[in-house]
Amino acid sequence: MSARTVLQQADISRALTRIAHEILETNRGADDLVLLGIPTRGVALADRLGALIASIAQTDVPVGSLDVTLFRDDLAKNPTRSPQPTEIPPGGIDGKTVVLVDDVLFSGRSIRAALDAIQSIGRPATVRLAILVDRGHRELPIRPDFVGKNIPSARTERVNVRLSENDGVDEVTIGA
Amino acid sequence: MRHLLDTKTLDRESALRILDVAEDMSDTQSREVKKLPTLRGKTVVNLFFEDSTRTRISFEAAAKRLSADVINFAAKGSSVSKGESLKDTAQTLQAMGADAVVIRHSASGAPRTLATSGWISAGVVNAGDGTHEHPTQALLDAYTIRKRRFGADSRGRDLAGVCVVIVGDVLHSRVARSNVWLLSTLGAEVTLVSAPTLVPQNVSQWPVRVLYSLDEALAEGPDAVMMLRIQLERMSAAYFPSEREYSRTWGLDAVRAATLPGDSIVMHPGPMNRGLEISSEAADSPRSTVLEQVTNGVSVRMAVLYLLLAGERNDERGRDL
Repeated sequence: MSARTVLQQADISRALTRIAHEILETNRGADDLVLLGIPTRGVALADRLGALIASIAQTDVPVGSLDVTLFRDDLAKNPTRSPQPTEIPPGGIDGKTVVLVDDVLFSGRSIRAALDAIQSIGRPATVRLAILVDRGHRELPIRPDFVGKNIPSARTERVNVRLSENDGVDEVTIGA
Repeated sequence: MRHLLDTKTLDRESALRILDVAEDMSDTQSREVKKLPTLRGKTVVNLFFEDSTRTRISFEAAAKRLSADVINFAAKGSSVSKGESLKDTAQTLQAMGADAVVIRHSASGAPRTLATSGWISAGVVNAGDGTHEHPTQALLDAYTIRKRRFGADSRGRDLAGVCVVIVGDVLHSRVARSNVWLLSTLGAEVTLVSAPTLVPQNVSQWPVRVLYSLDEALAEGPDAVMMLRIQLERMSAAYFPSEREYSRTWGLDAVRAATLPGDSIVMHPGPMNRGLEISSEAADSPRSTVLEQVTNGVSVRMAVLYLLLAGERNDERGRDL
């Protein structure tokens, strides 16, 4: 089955620019913001959002990564996953507004794991969620604050996000 | 990964995976909350037929940091002293629902028997068997060397070109054997230094060079010097004339340690016989990694338990490690 491209490079960068503005608007500026990307592709997205926010607000925003592997509830149902590095910016996350960044929001289980992972690191004032693609089919009461694109999908379909940092090309495809 | 029985059959890719996961485990140990929920509901049994302090406590800490339940079993004061066989002990543990068994035994090969006999379905980790192997010790030693050498960019790297000298009672040392196999798999050059009476007969088949003079080996400026414990409990024959003579010829004292290059490290698996194989000056110097080895041991054992227990059973082609 061939996959259909639903977002191209220009669409992705437009969506990220809009999300950057929305984050700044919701937060009333860049104060106390910390962006944490969820590996693998959330990290690249967080870096891009960080750069966009920095260029809009003219101030640096701390960007890090947060691995959720060790906090997942579905480890026993899958082949062993290798954890990825977690990098928390030097200022920490206590009292900050943490924006979690991931590529696709599906069941919501990664985000649940991320919330647990955050708890083991510190206590942010607020946690928000930025997502490039929301494909529906939530299994937990979790909703994103910032969405690049809602893509209705069948549960069996595969949504693939490819980013130039990881895959050499920027595109989002959907296929069987 | 089903079991961890030795490092001789551990391939480079699997060894690096364990070391890389250990890096991630180590990162979590600097957090405010060190406990991870990863192995909640799993039971790890520490089955120790031989005395041990740091290995057992290290496995216990590793299992607890991953939220597994730990049952400690020491042969002393158990039914083993009433003559219970390994098979019956193992099956008792199976009936209690053990997911992993960490075993130390004075008989070489006991962990393999446990893993392959079909008595139990739990994953088996060798925590030292006779004079055969002690794989997690070698993994934590390799981790320590890599961390000292590459610091924050250790991930994914092997030990190509690193010179390691292992000094002392190689004959009785499972730590030396596990290190020889693992370090050479990772590309390090291993030199053994020992009294001729303490070198095993089949050493010519090992991927190592053997020297009999410590001073000669130190003059080459090795990256790491690993001192082995003189195992007084296994010294059934006169392997060397006296402890004083051993210490003078093969002990690492302050004078010898001072001849090493600035970034060389001094390692010891513990427990140390201070004044015999290693002097206090060498053991407490900044180049000594003795305490780092203990800290890293917990991370490495967390990685091993994670890889053994976290995924679905029979994953990864059911490969036996």
